[in-house]
Amino acid sequence: MLIGLYNYWVVVALMMTGFYIVIAQGNLIKKIAGLIIFQTSVFIFYISVGKVDGATAPIVGDGFSQYSNPLPHVLILTAIVVGIATTALGLALIVRIREAYGSIEEDEIQKKDDQAC
Amino acid sequence: MLLGVYGLLSASFFVAMDAVDVAFTEASVGAGISTILMLTTIAITGRSELASHYRPTLALILVLIIGGLLIYGTMDMPYFGFAEAPANLHVSPRYIHDSMQEIGVPNLVTAVLASYRGFDTFGEVVVIFTAGVGVVVLLGLPGRRDENDAEIELINTSMHEQHLVVRIVSKVLIPFILLFAFYVQFHGDFGPGGGFQAGVIFASAIILYALLFGLSTARRIINQPLVQLLSGVGVLVYGSVGLVSMLNGGNFLDYSVLSSDPIAGQHLGILLIELGVGCTVASVMVIIFFKFADRKEALHYKPRETK
Repeated sequence: MLIGLYNYWVVVALMMTGFYIVIAQGNLIKKIAGLIIFQTSVFIFYISVGKVDGATAPIVGDGFSQYSNPLPHVLILTAIVVGIATTALGLALIVRIREAYGSIEEDEIQKKDDQAC
Repeated sequence: MLLGVYGLLSASFFVAMDAVDVAFTEASVGAGISTILMLTTIAITGRSELASHYRPTLALILVLIIGGLLIYGTMDMPYFGFAEAPANLHVSPRYIHDSMQEIGVPNLVTAVLASYRGFDTFGEVVVIFTAGVGVVVLLGLPGRRDENDAEIELINTSMHEQHLVVRIVSKVLIPFILLFAFYVQFHGDFGPGGGFQAGVIFASAIILYALLFGLSTARRIINQPLVQLLSGVGVLVYGSVGLVSMLNGGNFLDYSVLSSDPIAGQHLGILLIELGVGCTVASVMVIIFFKFADRKEALHYKPRETK
């Protein structure tokens, strides 16, 4: 019966992939990519929690009595658009960092900061 | 790149999960806009990467431990698709059973988004607007370089020769994409759709145009100050609807008082705030794209000026 939990395992695997990229990669763009994967795993978690077996999409119509939970859909739908806006902000910061330091590698930025001190 | 494929895959996954509204958004955001933004940033910052000289074993161990603990934590979770799961018990039955009488909108997602959780959505629109302002502040260029019409013509003719098939196909497609965005916007009460999805689809049509016909052509058609103004107007419309309902004696964002018939009031309120959302989302996405692209172009032109 443990197999019924597989949706959470997929989420955990994705989340840890994203987390690993964020902490292990020195490249700032790769860190953002890791964050996107992490973010998507949370989306999938919410949506899969809202899924009900044998139910249909939450749009009221004749002949359907069971609907999936609409609340996670609302939360995630807005989260996706907010997510892209904040990702864009992060990428904009990276562009400025690149212009100021000439690099987007964590080590090099740290080195330049140390020299400036 | 791969991220785009990933976005499209998760979109189809969401359809399988009955979350059609979410799938719409993810398809246009994940597969379209985020990929373009990533590629533009990589183009600005350069694609080369230093080979890392340390082995992140510690990170790997940490990730494995956390992952293991999380999986251990899932053992007590309800099974996938279980109707009696706690998440499906508290507020959602009310949304599912009563919203037809209270809001009168068949699409439950729209009803919850725009009416029950209207305040939350308002906050999210403000976040999107703020992110747009942030990108403008970070990437805005001090002075605009004068546009040379002859140069634009040159670029245009050279581009006419390349990508001929793509350009002609997309020329036919773009009006339909825009039309579809409006359909999604105004049909959001009844089918999957709404302001967020429509805004993103609308923006992706404009971005597609800019990608294929050149930035300067797109800039001549799309008035940037106007777009920036529109992003503010969207937030303003949303907030004003809330204020008007307060002035009519209801709570903030309580649309029932907007009209003598509560259901009609709800319909009107949802339509208006979805319009505000669509306005803000579309213009913020367009602004973000143009700011990134301008930055790239400025980099591209700098070496030529110094010669």
